[in-house]
Amino acid sequence: MTLDLPLVFALLMGVAILAYVVLDGYDLGVGMLMPGASAAEQDVMVASIGPFWDANETWLVLGVGILLVAFPAAHGWILGALYLPVAGMLIGLMLRGVAFEFRVKAEGWHRELWNWLFWFGSFVASFAQGFMLGRYLTAFQPGWAYFLFALLAGAALCGGYVLLGATWLVLRTEGELQRKARAWARWGLGWVALGVALVSLATPLVSEAVREKWFAWPRILYMSALPLATLAAWLWVWRSLDRSDGKPFAGTVAIFALAFAGLAYSVFPYVVLGGMTIWQAAAHPSALMIVLVGTAIVLPVLVGYTAFAYRVFRGKVRAERYEH
Amino acid sequence: MTEASEALLLARTQFGLNIAFHILFPAINIALAWFLVYFRVRHLRSGDPQWLATYKLWVRIFALTFAMGVVSGVTMSFQFGTNWPGYMLKVGNIAGPLLAYEVLTAFFLEATFLGVMLFGMDRVSPRVHLLATVMVGAGTALSAFWILALNSWMQTPAGHGYDAGQLIAEDWLQVIFNPSFPYRLVHMLLASGLTAAFLVAGLSAWRLLRAPQDAGAARTLRSGAFVAALLAPLQIAAGDLHGLNTLEHQPAKIAAVEAIWHTHKGVPLVLFAIPDDARRRNDFAIEVPKLASLVLRHDAEAELQGLDRFAPDHPPVAPLFFAFRGMVAVGMLMLALAWTGACFLRKRAAVLPRPLLWGFAGFTFSGWIATLCGWLVTEIGRQPWLVTGILRTADAAGGVRAASLGASLTGYVLVYGVMLLAYMVVITHIAGEGAKA
Repeated sequence: MTLDLPLVFALLMGVAILAYVVLDGYDLGVGMLMPGASAAEQDVMVASIGPFWDANETWLVLGVGILLVAFPAAHGWILGALYLPVAGMLIGLMLRGVAFEFRVKAEGWHRELWNWLFWFGSFVASFAQGFMLGRYLTAFQPGWAYFLFALLAGAALCGGYVLLGATWLVLRTEGELQRKARAWARWGLGWVALGVALVSLATPLVSEAVREKWFAWPRILYMSALPLATLAAWLWVWRSLDRSDGKPFAGTVAIFALAFAGLAYSVFPYVVLGGMTIWQAAAHPSALMIVLVGTAIVLPVLVGYTAFAYRVFRGKVRAERYEH
Repeated sequence: MTEASEALLLARTQFGLNIAFHILFPAINIALAWFLVYFRVRHLRSGDPQWLATYKLWVRIFALTFAMGVVSGVTMSFQFGTNWPGYMLKVGNIAGPLLAYEVLTAFFLEATFLGVMLFGMDRVSPRVHLLATVMVGAGTALSAFWILALNSWMQTPAGHGYDAGQLIAEDWLQVIFNPSFPYRLVHMLLASGLTAAFLVAGLSAWRLLRAPQDAGAARTLRSGAFVAALLAPLQIAAGDLHGLNTLEHQPAKIAAVEAIWHTHKGVPLVLFAIPDDARRRNDFAIEVPKLASLVLRHDAEAELQGLDRFAPDHPPVAPLFFAFRGMVAVGMLMLALAWTGACFLRKRAAVLPRPLLWGFAGFTFSGWIATLCGWLVTEIGRQPWLVTGILRTADAAGGVRAASLGASLTGYVLVYGVMLLAYMVVITHIAGEGAKA
């Protein structure tokens, strides 16, 4: 039996994108929550994500990198179709990324400006990512209804990231800020319920292929396990929110993983919905093989030192900086 | 202009702007990481808190530079696809794995250990913290290794073949260690060393102009000036070898750099001219007889291939001619300044005279100018090819509309302009404040 390389890379890409969404999701979420906090709280919030954001953003490079390496034909297609939202996301990520550094080095109104750009960049990047997801799920079709759907997806992802960010703060902070974060998480949870429900209902409506995959009898019987599990995770987060520090974040990650699995199921085996399957888009096996070998060697090491970094910074955040 | 050629021009402008902006920051950090390792080791060995303060000062500059490099680098990973879809379709089986190895072996390594290095000082032992600093340095070096392997392969492709019409790698070692790679890697690493050395020396000189008693700044000025004095002559030698390698593998690039229009013997070296690409000749030329033949072939009567051999497939002459001379001129000034400074510092241990301090302060970003000029020569010199002999730049451009390109280009120019200005103001400010023990 030979290895189905395009399938392996589709799985790897899925893992990388999910890792990105969860990891950068929590720090973009924290960025979007900045206006709700006092200046001292903002410093703690930024300190909670400071050591991680660089590595978190690298998962985006890996995700788009796998798309580029493994499915070059789809890479050009997708990124060409999403040209402007991609540019918007990149500018958002740029502003957010450099604001980390500039906000602590600037003084007076400059500092306020970089704080504002930190929030603005986080929001633009998050919204653009959701918008891209919406366009992707509807195969980039023109028309105002599809455009509206993409806007909806943009808002939904912002809500999801806010939930991730708030539950991350519940996990990593204490005192007044943690109390605030629990309240933010409640709002985020409501927003996510609305967003996930709307996107789940709208996706089958705008795409016949997706409708077929979910609602054909008897498939609907066992596929309904996925939305039910998502609902269970949602309830778990809701119930644990006032009692636990760690469970809300874990539950939110579960919601994201389940929602992602649902979307992946909708799209598979296409890499461009209705346009190109993973096998049609795949690069030459020799290229895939050399990358797979490298990944197999490097990934365990990478996971190892990432775990080390999270161990170093475990526990509640102190408002520490590398410059004092 | 047609819509297609307008889109191509905008795609090239946008990508060129992005890589030019991006390279500024790795050019500093590839070498600055090892300055940090040095400062950290000095502190661990001596226990002198001044070295720790020096380390902390330069870590702040490193962190800011790193953030600038990351955000512009993430942008590049997308622009490969958005601006040049034909690139991955044609050579994706080579470029893809090289980029993937860069992400896997370098990006995660440097980004993860950067967190430990910046924020973990009181959470891990000094040894582990030093190890984290070394890992960040190793990550930046590995990143340079992979991306220069790919760039060099685009200049001088080797080790590839075809399988059912698809271009694939037949021998990865030949792909990576292609003919121009060792030269380009050494040239770029030395360029980074010089850029960082002049940045360290320049910002320290700036501090000393304001606070002549700052012993920490005097020490970092010494470090920067000595490293610069050591690397500058090495770089000239490496650059010469790189040029001879280019003459062998990309003769059209050298012909354009030297503005040699016609193939003949005993070719003069054009010191200055205004090359006229339209009429294919030099105006106002100042030449030294037979020197080009002597420099490039080590024989005054040797024949050199002119651009007539390659027409119409050769790069535009004027940008290469001027960029190359810009690089050499700045490089020579850097050598002169570094040696003068090093001589003074060797004789009179403590301080430099104020004019020399002003000289170093003025040359803080000189490495950027030389590096950018060098990359202009390399990249424009490959035209009209994106991958020499395999893929033309025009054939790699995509279907993105000129209007979209124009809109995003405007956004990038604005954001980059603000970021670059803020960066230069902030690091000058940080250095001007000096290290706090």
